[in-house]
This record gives sequence, C-alpha cells and structure tokens, in this order.
Amino acid sequence: MNWLGLRTLFFKEILRFSKVYLQTLFAPMVTALLYLLVFSHILEGRLEVYEGVSYTAFLIPGLMMMTIIQNAFANSSSSLIQSKVTGNLIFVLLTPLSHFEIYLAFTLAAIVRGVFVGVGVYVVAISFTDVGFYNLGYALLFALTGSAVLATLGIIAGIWADKFDQLAGFTNFLIMPLSFLSGVFYSIHSLPPVWQEISRFNPFFYMIDGFRYGFFGVSDVDPRFSLLITNAFLAVLVLLTLSLLRSGYKLRD
Amino acid sequence: MSTAINIAQVHKYYGNLYALKGITLQIERGEFFGLLGPNGAGKSTLINIMAGLTRANGGRVSILDHDVAKHYRFARRCLGVVPQELVFDPFFTVREVLRIQAGYFGLGPENYAWIDELIDALMLSDKADTNMRALSGGMKRRVLIGQALVHKPEVVVLDEPTAGVDVELRKSLWAFIERLHNEGHTIVLTTHYLEEAEALCDRIAILNHGQVIALDTKEALLARDIGGKRSLHVTLARPLDPIPSALRSIVKKELGYEIVFELNNESVSILDVVDSLRQAGATILDLQTEKTDLEDIFIDLIQGKAS
Ligand SMILES: Nc1ncnc2c1ncn2[C@@H]1O[C@H](COP(=O)(O)OP(=O)(O)OP(=O)(O)O)[C@@H](O)[C@H]1O
Ligand SMILES: [Mg+2]
Repeated sequence: MNWLGLRTLFFKEILRFSKVYLQTLFAPMVTALLYLLVFSHILEGRLEVYEGVSYTAFLIPGLMMMTIIQNAFANSSSSLIQSKVTGNLIFVLLTPLSHFEIYLAFTLAAIVRGVFVGVGVYVVAISFTDVGFYNLGYALLFALTGSAVLATLGIIAGIWADKFDQLAGFTNFLIMPLSFLSGVFYSIHSLPPVWQEISRFNPFFYMIDGFRYGFFGVSDVDPRFSLLITNAFLAVLVLLTLSLLRSGYKLRD
Repeated sequence: MSTAINIAQVHKYYGNLYALKGITLQIERGEFFGLLGPNGAGKSTLINIMAGLTRANGGRVSILDHDVAKHYRFARRCLGVVPQELVFDPFFTVREVLRIQAGYFGLGPENYAWIDELIDALMLSDKADTNMRALSGGMKRRVLIGQALVHKPEVVVLDEPTAGVDVELRKSLWAFIERLHNEGHTIVLTTHYLEEAEALCDRIAILNHGQVIALDTKEALLARDIGGKRSLHVTLARPLDPIPSALRSIVKKELGYEIVFELNNESVSILDVVDSLRQAGATILDLQTEKTDLEDIFIDLIQGKAS
C-alpha cells in the first residue's frame, strides 16, 4: 500500500470540498433544516408514527440520513466528473496509486463530508426538540455504511458520466427519488400495501430505517436485517467499482 | 547502458480510428530523444500509453524494464510526463499542487526542499502561493513541468512543452531541460518547432499516421540525400520582370527584390542562375545558399509517405 499517497488524495479531497464550504457543507444543512421547519410545523401533533415519538423527533434522523446520503454521493461524483471534464484527473491517474487506493481515498472523503453535514443537522435540530440516542452504535454504523454506499455509487456515476448533465440525470432520476421515497418523512407502514412492498426493494429504506432505530429503538424492520442488506449492497457496489477502476473503463480509454 | 523506454509492437484503436499501427522503439538511458510528427500522428497517444493514461490494444511498453501495465507502480515512479494539454486544478496554489503531486508518489515533507528548488528553477517563486487559476498560460505550463518532476523521475517525457511559451521563457526552459539531461535524466520531447529538435535531440523518430517513418540519429537524418535539394536566395537591386524563362521552373518563392530558387544537383547550378540573371540585366546584391535542415527532411518524409 502507498499509504502516504492514499492519505494525500484523501486530504486533497477534503480540502477540495472544505474550500467551498458554503456550498458543500452549509447549504445542505440549511436545506435539511428548512424541511424540518416546514414539515414539523405542518404535521406536528397530527401525526404520530411511533408511540411516544413526536413527528418532529421522528423526522430528524430521516432528514439527517437523507442529508448524509445526498452529500456523500455529491462529493465523490462531482469531484470525479469535475476532474474528468477539466482533465486534471490525469494527475492522479499517472501516479503509482492503485485502483484500490484511489477508491478508498474518494470514498473516505465522501463519508467525512456526509457525516459532517449529518452531525451539523443534528446539532441544530436538537434545539427544536429533544432527540437522544437509543443505541449510538447502530446510528453510527448506519451513517458510515450508508454514506459508504452512496460514496461508491457516486464514484460509479462519476466514472460513467461524460458530462455534467448526465450526472445531474443520475442524481435527479435515481438518487433523489430513492432517498425521498425511502421513509424519510413517513413510516412505510403508513403506505398502501403495494407501496410497502415496493419500498422493500429500495436499499435506501433500510439505511434510514436502521439509522432511526439507533435513535428510538423502534423500526419498521429488524435493524440487524437492515444492516445485512445495506452491507450486502455495499459489497456488490464496491466489487463493481473496483473492477471498473481496475479495467480503466472510461478513465484510461 | 540499458533501455529507458522499450516500446514493442504497440497498437491502439479509438473506435474505428487506427491511431498506432504497431510502434516499435527503444530509447536508451541518458538519451535526448525527439518524437516528431504532424498533428494527429499519434505522438500523444504513445506518450499516454507510457504514462498509463491510455491502454494499448496490443504490444508492450516498459520504462526501465518495468512493464507499464503489469508493474505500473514501478514504471510510474521512474517516469515524469508533461502533458500537452494545459490542465490544472483550480482549487489549489502552485506550492499546494506540487506538494500534493509529490504526496501521490509517497513523498512527504522530506521532499519539500526539492519542491522549493523546482519552484525556483521554473521561476515561479513569486507565484508560489498564488492560486492556479490566477496564472498565465506559460506559468501553468511551468507548473506542469514541475508536477512531472516532483518525484525526480529518471525518464522525463515532455509533450510540446514550449507550445504557447514566449521566446525568453522558451530559452530558459531549454536550459533547464538540458540541465536535467546533463544530470543524467533521459529526455523524450515532442515539438512542432523543428529547430528545437535539431538543436537539442541526439536521436529522432518521426511518426506519421501511427507509424514510425524514420528513426535515426540527428546527424544521419540531416545527412540524408533528399535529391540534393538546396535553396538559393538572391537579392537584386531592382525587381526583375520577367524572370528568365530558363529559371522559371526552379523558382520557389518570389518577393520582388528577393527570389528563392530551389536547386538540385543535376539540372541547374548556382553559376547558371547567376549567368541567366545577369544576361537579363539584373544587378545581384547578395547570394545565399541554405543547407538542408530538419524541416526539409521532415517535409520530404511526410510527403513521401503521403504520396
Ligand atoms: N481520446 C480519443 N478519442 C478518439 N480519438 C482520439 C483520442 N485521442 C486521440 N485520438 C485520435 O488519435 C490520433 C492521434 O492523436 P494524437 O493526439 O496521438 O496525435 P499527436 O501526434 O499528438 O498530434 P498533435 O501534434 O496534434 O498533438 C488522432 O487522429 C486523434 O484524433
Ligand atoms: Mg499531441
């Protein structure tokens, strides 16, 4: 392993997003808090998803996870497409960094951004309502695997897309719907049976459901099962991404 | 002496386009090698294959005996490439860019002194903490050269390093590259300024349509007989009209007072030209002949292949 090389690429990625922190860190926090303000104002008191959990409290982990997911994806995908389009990806490609090291550096940096923004949302959100942790370990585990999944998806999208609008398509037609329809705003038990079944095919549902378990100790499905699904999904994506990177698909044509 | 770059039967397709048609070349350690050829000949494609930026469809390339595909970690540590395109990372300053690049090669603070030396040698000291976006084109080109050298590679490949660079800087760049060469680096250079190649390179390969059409030492290339063609520049006191019929077929250029004739061994000699001009009543102020240069050879080779 070229540890210093890996660390350099990781820190370069961190620097890249932190130099534009308004757009990459604060804007998504503000977006999540706006959702929280609007939805909790409209629905507080009218809806109780789990017994003893207020709607605002229910919403917070969902919004956190949605923010984590979207930012992890945005980080790796936009970094890759930017350096592909401007051509400076060659500075990474002509070094001794292996495909695995490149994968790891991009993924870890995306996880850091996702989790940072997620924590930011939490810190502000607890001023609205009191939300503690039932099991912090579960919450962390889902935050990390969830952002790893999306970071990896972001790498795939970044490799595949040749233009910014193709990446926007990937984001808007795949990532956004899947994250919105994963139970951020509701429990799938409140859906008609058909939609409940469909939701079970959405891997993002398990991430959010498991993450929420870490807060309240209640969830739509067993968190261990969610963890299994999330990790299986991650494993498949990692294998796919590593083989894409190794083959040089679109990057070393 | 062992081989710095060994290129064996390299083929490359871009879809239907056959960009490299079985290139075989060996560049020895310590050489100053010129890779010449018209636009689209395949020079950059070949360089990208050396650097691992592009995969060949067939054949093998090794840098100091390290295969660029199988043992890429070793091959890339020995190789520094200055790309043709002016690419840069707009998020960072010059010094940051160089330190990051060195980091990718596993080099940390112990390498900072060398980076400062590079910044100095490339005359970027007053821009060291300036963002890449705020540099002029020539300065960005110098940073690219710095990035290629951060890990002190033994083999340095420069893809048109002087394109878009002003005269003064070009001279200092050449002095810098010659210094690298004298310090033992193997240099491979592509350029469209043939005088540059003529002045600097020991050996030259000319590529055309993805094939090597000439590979020789500079001296041997220049000594090539291209039909004994020479140019004769004549400066007259007054423009001559009309040019004597005996000479009309060998006029290459006519600019009023100045006429350039193209002589070749068999037909007309310098004396014949002078005699005919005097008989036509012209006063000759100056006469100059020009030896074959790389440009003549280059054009002859490229056209020879084309026809
Ligand atoms: N990424 C690519 N996709 C498709 N075709 C390409 C690609 N890169 C190069 N080519 C084609 O391959 C051929 C060789 O290109 P290359 O860039 O190697 O030429 P070159 O000798 O470096 O030319 P120049 O002097 O203009 O830099 C050209 O016909 C070019 O259009
Ligand atoms: Mg080129």
